[in-house]
Amino acid sequence: MYDFNYHRPSSLEEAAKILAGAEEGIPLAGGHTLLPTLKQRLAQPSDVVDLSGIAELKGISEAGNAVVVGAMTPHAEVNRSQVVRSRIPALAHMASDIGDSQVRHRGTIGGSIANADPSADYPAAVVGLAATVKTNKREIAGDDFFTGLFETALEEHELVVSVSFPVPEKAGYAKFANPASRYPMVGVMVAKAADGVRVAVTGAGPSVFRWTEAEQALASNWSADAIAGLSHSPDGLNSDIHASAEYRAHLIGVMAKRALAAAG
Amino acid sequence: MPDSGVGDRLARREDKRFLTGKGRYTDDINRHGQAYAYFLRSPVAHARLKSVDTAAAESAPGVIAVFTGKDMEADGVGSLPCGWVVTDRHGNPHKAPPHFPLVRDKARYVGDHVAMVIAESLGQAKDAADLIELDFEELPAVVDIMKARGSGQIHDDAPENLCYDWELGDSAAVDEAFAKAAHVTKLDLVNNRLVPNAMEPRAAIGEWDPGTEEYTVYSTSQNPHLLRLILCAFVLNLPESKVRVIAPDVGGGFGSKIFAYAEETACTWASKKIGGRPVKWTADRGEAFLSDAHGRDHVTHCELALDADGRFLGMKVDTTANMGAYLSSFATSVPTYLYATLLAGQYTTPVIYANVKAVFTNTAPVDAYRGAGRPEATYVVERLVEVEARETGKDPAELRRLNFIKPDQFPYQTPVALQYDIGDYEPSLDKALEMIDYKGFGQRKAESEAKGKLRGIGLSAYIEACGIAPSAVVGSLGAGVGLWESATVRFNATGTVSVMTGSHSHGQGHETTFAQVVAEKLGIPYDNVEIVHGDTGRIPMGMGTYGSRSLAVGGSAIVKACDKIIEKSKKIAAHLMEASEADIEFKDGQFTVAGTDKSKAMAEIAFTAYVPHNYPEGVEPGLDETAFYDPLNFTYPAGVHVAEVEIDPDTGITTIADWVAVDDFGNVINPLIVEGQVHGGIAQGVGQALIENTVYDRETGQLLTGSYMDYAMPRADNFPSFRVETTVSACTHNPLGVKGCGEAGAIAAPAALMNAITDALGVEIDMPATPEKVWRAAQSRLQQAAE
Repeated sequence: MYDFNYHRPSSLEEAAKILAGAEEGIPLAGGHTLLPTLKQRLAQPSDVVDLSGIAELKGISEAGNAVVVGAMTPHAEVNRSQVVRSRIPALAHMASDIGDSQVRHRGTIGGSIANADPSADYPAAVVGLAATVKTNKREIAGDDFFTGLFETALEEHELVVSVSFPVPEKAGYAKFANPASRYPMVGVMVAKAADGVRVAVTGAGPSVFRWTEAEQALASNWSADAIAGLSHSPDGLNSDIHASAEYRAHLIGVMAKRALAAAG
Repeated sequence: MPDSGVGDRLARREDKRFLTGKGRYTDDINRHGQAYAYFLRSPVAHARLKSVDTAAAESAPGVIAVFTGKDMEADGVGSLPCGWVVTDRHGNPHKAPPHFPLVRDKARYVGDHVAMVIAESLGQAKDAADLIELDFEELPAVVDIMKARGSGQIHDDAPENLCYDWELGDSAAVDEAFAKAAHVTKLDLVNNRLVPNAMEPRAAIGEWDPGTEEYTVYSTSQNPHLLRLILCAFVLNLPESKVRVIAPDVGGGFGSKIFAYAEETACTWASKKIGGRPVKWTADRGEAFLSDAHGRDHVTHCELALDADGRFLGMKVDTTANMGAYLSSFATSVPTYLYATLLAGQYTTPVIYANVKAVFTNTAPVDAYRGAGRPEATYVVERLVEVEARETGKDPAELRRLNFIKPDQFPYQTPVALQYDIGDYEPSLDKALEMIDYKGFGQRKAESEAKGKLRGIGLSAYIEACGIAPSAVVGSLGAGVGLWESATVRFNATGTVSVMTGSHSHGQGHETTFAQVVAEKLGIPYDNVEIVHGDTGRIPMGMGTYGSRSLAVGGSAIVKACDKIIEKSKKIAAHLMEASEADIEFKDGQFTVAGTDKSKAMAEIAFTAYVPHNYPEGVEPGLDETAFYDPLNFTYPAGVHVAEVEIDPDTGITTIADWVAVDDFGNVINPLIVEGQVHGGIAQGVGQALIENTVYDRETGQLLTGSYMDYAMPRADNFPSFRVETTVSACTHNPLGVKGCGEAGAIAAPAALMNAITDALGVEIDMPATPEKVWRAAQSRLQQAAE
C-alpha cells in the first residue's frame, strides 16, 4: 500500500472539511473493499478519512413507519437488531448472509452502497424496499441512488449518513451466491408495500435494477403463479466466467420465486 | 510399555502449536539485517524483452540492489532443472528448454520473473519496481493446449511447442483387442487445471555469511535436501557442505512445495551479491496464484473395449498434457510414469496403450499436485467403466467386480509396467455398497424426483502407486534422483529419543505418527520420542515428502534404525546380565534372558551406552543409529468411494447427499490422522470436480482466476459428513505393512462425483460441474424427457 495521511474525525462536518481540503481524499467505512484495493496498490489516495469515530453514523432506530440504519452500522448489527428483525425480517436475513462472519462485523451498509459494487446485496434492499438515503447534504430516493457500475448519485465528498427503510407489508430476499466469492450472482428482493410491489435485482446487471414486469404481475396477484410464466431478458446482463447472461436471466426468475416464498 | 503406540487414535501433538498460533513458519523468521525482495513479474504472457531499465529503481529510496537476468547470466547462474528425463517414443529425450530464475530474453507467462528489487522494506522494493521501465515486443500468447502445436513457438529449442510425444503399451495388441470387442465406449475428458492453494504461501530467506562463507536458506519446502541439491549442483554451483536448507513449519504443500523455484534461488544468490545481508521474500496470495506450479490440465480421448460377457479387452488413451511455460522440477514424470502406468486400475484389462503429448504454453508451469498423475488416470479409468456400464445396461458395481484382479492373482503384472504386490478389492466394494445402501438408491431417487430434484450415484474404484520406488527402477526410467529415505534414531543418555527423519511434515502429522511407531518399536513412552525434520543441518540426507511416501519409505527407515538400536542394545544387555547375546529377548521395552527373571529396561541400556563404566568389550559407546531404506516396489493403496448427489434442476446446484469411502491403506498407525487425510483429499477432489478451475484468457493469457473472488475453493458447506472406513491387505514389502493415505481422497473423488452427477443428468459434462453447466444439462435432459 502507498503512504497516505490518516484521519479519524469525530463529526461529519470535520470529515467533510478534511475531504474537501485533501488532494485526493477518500472516506473509509468498514474497509472491506478499500483496504484490499490499497494493499494491491490499485489506489493511491493522499488522505484516508476513517468514519468510525463519528457517533451520528452509528445505530439503528425506528422513525415513524421506517427503520433507520446508520451508515457505519455493520451487517452483523443489522442482523442482530430486534427492530430490524421484527419490522423487516427480510433485511435482517439479507444482512446475515453477506460475506462471512469477519466481513459482517466490519463491513457497513454505508460503505456497501456508496461503493455500489454490482454484486453487493444491500442495493437490492435499498431499491426493493424503496429506501431513502440520507447524506450530509440531502436525501436521495433509493431509486435514484445507484446510477451505474460502481456509480452512485453521491457527489464528491458527499457522505452517506443513514438509510431509511419504510416497513413493508411483506418482503423476501433470495440470492444465488457466486461459488468463489459468495457475492450474489443474482439476488432478488421482493416487497409488497402500501404504495405497490417492488422486485429489485442485484448481481445480475451492471447495477441494481427493478424487474417491472414481475412487479406488475405481482401487484395484481401476489403469488408464485403470477410470475411463473415470466422470464427476464438476458440483454444487458453481466456475463463472465461464472455465469452467462442467459443463466443469470434464468436465475432472476428462480430467485424471485424463492424470495416470494420467503416473504410469505 | 508404550503408552501410545501403533493403532491408537492420538490427537496430533503438533496441533497445539498450530492451533494456538505458535507455529513457526518461514515468514515468522526475521534475521538480523534482513532486506526484502520483490519480484517484478511479466504483465504479459509472451514477450521478447528489448530492455529492462533499472536506473531509476536503483536510486529510489531504500533500494539496496536491482537485479535482472543479465546480472545472473554474468554471474554464471544456471537454469532450474527438470529432474526427470522422459524418453519419447522415438528414443529421444524430452525437450528441456532453459528455465532461468530471472528471464534473459523472453517472458513466457504472466507472472514470469523479470527483475528482482531488494530494499530496506517491502514497500520500498515495490515502489522501486514501479520505476523499472520495461520495453518489450509482445508476442501472441499460446494458451489452448490443443492448439499449442500450431501456434507461435515459445522456446527456440522446442519446435511445435512439443516437450515430448511418449507412449506406453502395445498399440498393435490393443488394436487387435478392439477388433474383437462386443462394445467400445469412447469418452473425451478434460482434467481441469488447478491452483494448489496451500494455506501458507511460499516464502524464502537467503542468507550468506561472509565469515564462514556459508549459506542458510529458509524455505517453504517439502524436501529441503532436494532443494539444496538443486541449488548447489544445478543452479548456483555451490558445495553442498556450504549450504544449509531449513524448512520449518510449512503450512501445506500438496506437491507445490516439492519444486525448486526462482524466488528462493534468487534470494540465496542475491544475499551474497549484496554482501551477506539476509534477503527475504514472501509471496502474497496473488503471487501464489500466478507462480506456484499448477496441477492437472489434461485433455484426453479414451476408449475401453469389452467382450460380450462384460470383460475388459483393452484400453486406448490419448492425452495432451500442459507443461506450462517451463518445466518445473518433476513436471515431465507426472503425465507419464505417474499417469499411464496406473491405467490398469483395479482391473485385469489385458492390453493398454497410452500416448501422451506434453506441450508448452504461455501459462504457469504445471507439476505434481496431490495425487500427481494418478487422479488423472483414475478419472480416465473410472469414468470409462461407469459410462461403459451405462451404455451396456450393466450394474456399474458388478461390472467392476467382474473385472477386478482377484486376490489369488497377486503379485499381479499389469500391462503398463507396474507389478501390484497385493490387493483385495471386493471387500472394499462390498463394504462401500453396504454403507451407502446401494440397493436403496432407487427409492431415494424416487423421493428426490417427487421433490423435483435429480439424484445420481457414482462409484470410483481407484488405485494409486505410492512411495515411488525403487531407486534403480526410477533411475532407468529417467529420474535424476534416488527415491529412498533416511532416519537417525538417537537415544539421549537419560532415555529420551530424538528421531531425525528425511521425510518432511507440512500437515501430515509425522511428529505424532512417527513417534507412535518408535514408541511401539522400542517400548518406550510416546512422550519420550521427539521427531526432528526439515533442516539439512540436523537430519541425514533425505528425500522429503510427496507421493504419500513418508510412512511407507521414511517410516521404514525409522524401523530399520530402531532394529539397529535393538541389536546393539542386546549386546549391552547381555553384558549387564551376564548372559549370552543369543539368549536375550526384547519385548515391550524390556531385555530379558530367556528362561530367567532377569531383565533390563531400554532406558537403562541407553544410560549404560553413554556411561559405559560396565560395558562389553569391543562395543562402541553411544546409542545412535542411522538407516537408509530403498523400497523394493511402489505400494498400492486402493479402495472404493461412492458419492450420491441431488441436483436442483432450477439452479443447477449440486448437493452432495452422501459420501462413503472404503480404503485399503494396509496397516494403519493412527486412524484419526488417516481419516483426516482422507477427508482432506476428498475435499480437494470434490473441489476439482465441482467448482475449482483455473482460467487463462484464451487470447491474452491473463490469469482470470487470480484470486478467491474468482477461483472457487470448496468450503465446509459444500460437503456432507464423510463416512470413511478401511479394509486391510498389508503391504508385503515394507516392515510396517503400510501403503500411504495422503492422496487417496483426491485421486478417488473426482471420478466418483462426476459419475454421480452424470448419472443424475443422463448426459456427459466436464469438470468442474459448475451450476451453469449442470443447469444447462438438466434443462436439456428435462426437455428430452418431455419430448
